[in-house]
Amino acid sequence: MKKIKVGIIGPGNIGQDLMIKLSREELLELACVVGIAETPGLQRARAMGADASPLGVDYLIENHSDIDIVFDATSAKAHEAASEKLQKAGYFTLDLTPAAIGPYCIPAVNLNEAVLAEPELNLVTCAGQATTPMVAAINAVADVYYAETISSISSKSAGPGTRANIDEFTQTTRKALMNVGGADEARTLIILNPAEPPIFMSNTIYTRVRNLDMKKIEQAAYHQLETMKSYVPGYRFKTPPFLKDPHDDIVMMVVEVEGMGDYLPVYAGNLDIINTAAIAIAKAKAQQILGG
Amino acid sequence: MANIKITDTTLRDGSHSVTHQFSLDEIRRITQALDETGIDIIEVGHGDGLQGSTCNYGFSKESELDMIRMAVKTAKKAQIAVLLIPGIGTVPDLEKVHNLGAQVVRVATHVTEADISAQHIIAAKQMGFFVVGFLMMAHRAPVDTVVTEALKMESYGADVVYATDSAGAMLPEDVRARVSALRAALRVPVGFHAHNNLGLAIGNSLAALDAGATYIDGSLGGLGAGAGNAATETLIAVLKRREISINSNLYTAIDSCSQVLRPILEGHGIHAPNMQDPLMLGYAGVYSSFMLHAKRAAKRFNVDYRDIILEAGRREAVGGQEDWLYEIAENISKA
Repeated sequence: MKKIKVGIIGPGNIGQDLMIKLSREELLELACVVGIAETPGLQRARAMGADASPLGVDYLIENHSDIDIVFDATSAKAHEAASEKLQKAGYFTLDLTPAAIGPYCIPAVNLNEAVLAEPELNLVTCAGQATTPMVAAINAVADVYYAETISSISSKSAGPGTRANIDEFTQTTRKALMNVGGADEARTLIILNPAEPPIFMSNTIYTRVRNLDMKKIEQAAYHQLETMKSYVPGYRFKTPPFLKDPHDDIVMMVVEVEGMGDYLPVYAGNLDIINTAAIAIAKAKAQQILGG
Repeated sequence: MANIKITDTTLRDGSHSVTHQFSLDEIRRITQALDETGIDIIEVGHGDGLQGSTCNYGFSKESELDMIRMAVKTAKKAQIAVLLIPGIGTVPDLEKVHNLGAQVVRVATHVTEADISAQHIIAAKQMGFFVVGFLMMAHRAPVDTVVTEALKMESYGADVVYATDSAGAMLPEDVRARVSALRAALRVPVGFHAHNNLGLAIGNSLAALDAGATYIDGSLGGLGAGAGNAATETLIAVLKRREISINSNLYTAIDSCSQVLRPILEGHGIHAPNMQDPLMLGYAGVYSSFMLHAKRAAKRFNVDYRDIILEAGRREAVGGQEDWLYEIAENISKA
């Protein structure tokens, strides 16, 4: 079967997890990984048969016109510097950083031909990937006028980038809840929890709705749960939708995300969900390119 | 110049007790009472800080900007503080309250997560805030971790760093260990915020002061989450007994609680016990059974109950001499 070649910029935790996940894909072939220093991540890439270089994004552009799709798993700053070069070189770029230059893509909600035609897409945040699908599902049947999400992640899974830019994390997630999830207004909170052993990513989703039909809401949520499980196997309800107060319009639910335990441990479901979402998009793009 | 700075959080931590339903007029009256008491810093807002008004924590009756505006307008001497918990509040929220005249921000993180406060502390310093780093749940981490995290906040520019006993779980020795280690490691002053869940709020505050803390928190009547904070009026009494220099006045603090806060709480369906009258007995060293007699004598001669207790203490009355209270009251009424 013909495969679409892909590249990774940034062979850190996220990048190495992507490598393992990509090795299971039938339509995607890892051709090149670049970093800015010789690291174990590059060694791993070579061991997996990919070209690997510490000479950064320029190396990838100069040597790999065979690649169609690039995953950028660096930092917002690095991506801002690389974005234009990547677009100019004609790669379909999946931005896993908080730079948010391209439109947001949450596969369960808006993975369609229009977004696949964009030169680059942004993967929002882990909280955005975990919570927006449920808000969108409820919005479709009940008209959400306010969404609020609280994502608790283990301290160990929050990297220095997230920690230094916690405001951008909540603001980006909030925008996704509105622009992709369809909520009229939204809030996002994030909590870091240092408990040992580390907690799984836990997301509480509140939606205030205009058409309070719990049966329809439950059906929509369970249907979305199946969609999520198709690309995030460890996505599950800790508590399915219920009315927080029988006399109010606040629907509450709690979803947990267990990672696949590839490079990142299972508790890092928050990191896993971004990677699985990026791969779901890459697969759809590959199918499009292959004309399937 | 006071040695110890008192921050009163009746209008922030105390908001939990009224599920964040203080009205603007109540905020005005409490701010005025605290300002007249001589409180150095008055913290105002939703119990969970800026942007805390949510499904998760409960919605405030008033907008946070209106609350801050009212407090700033009312306070003549005290500085107005806000709480910002990174992950809930953001730098743009801070800019808004800065424009309204808030002067102090307490940036709070879980005790092991200080690095998420960097962007807020740095931005707050640039705006000109006096910045307090607030390490919450400080009982959860060993002493060396508390120090490491506090040093981070100091390096971002915090002017004070607090060990915060959010769960009211610390024993006095836990407080001493943390505060003294912070004192030894930090260049900036150290603060302590107590909760009374184990009945140790005042005792732990004293332990913190003994270990070198110079910033201490209270709230009128101890109003606050869980069993509440150290009662401001009791804290003032105890500090005065220690002859520690503070800006606050004891009688005004007591009146703020019994004549301003408690009637407001009645309106919220909260019947707070009167702990202000008995605190005078401890302050003056007077036999506890004298309280009700002194109140009757005060009523009979239309004098201040507290002056009777102070005089009984001065005269070194002993158990059994309740009869002296009427004589004292009568004398005060003629003075």
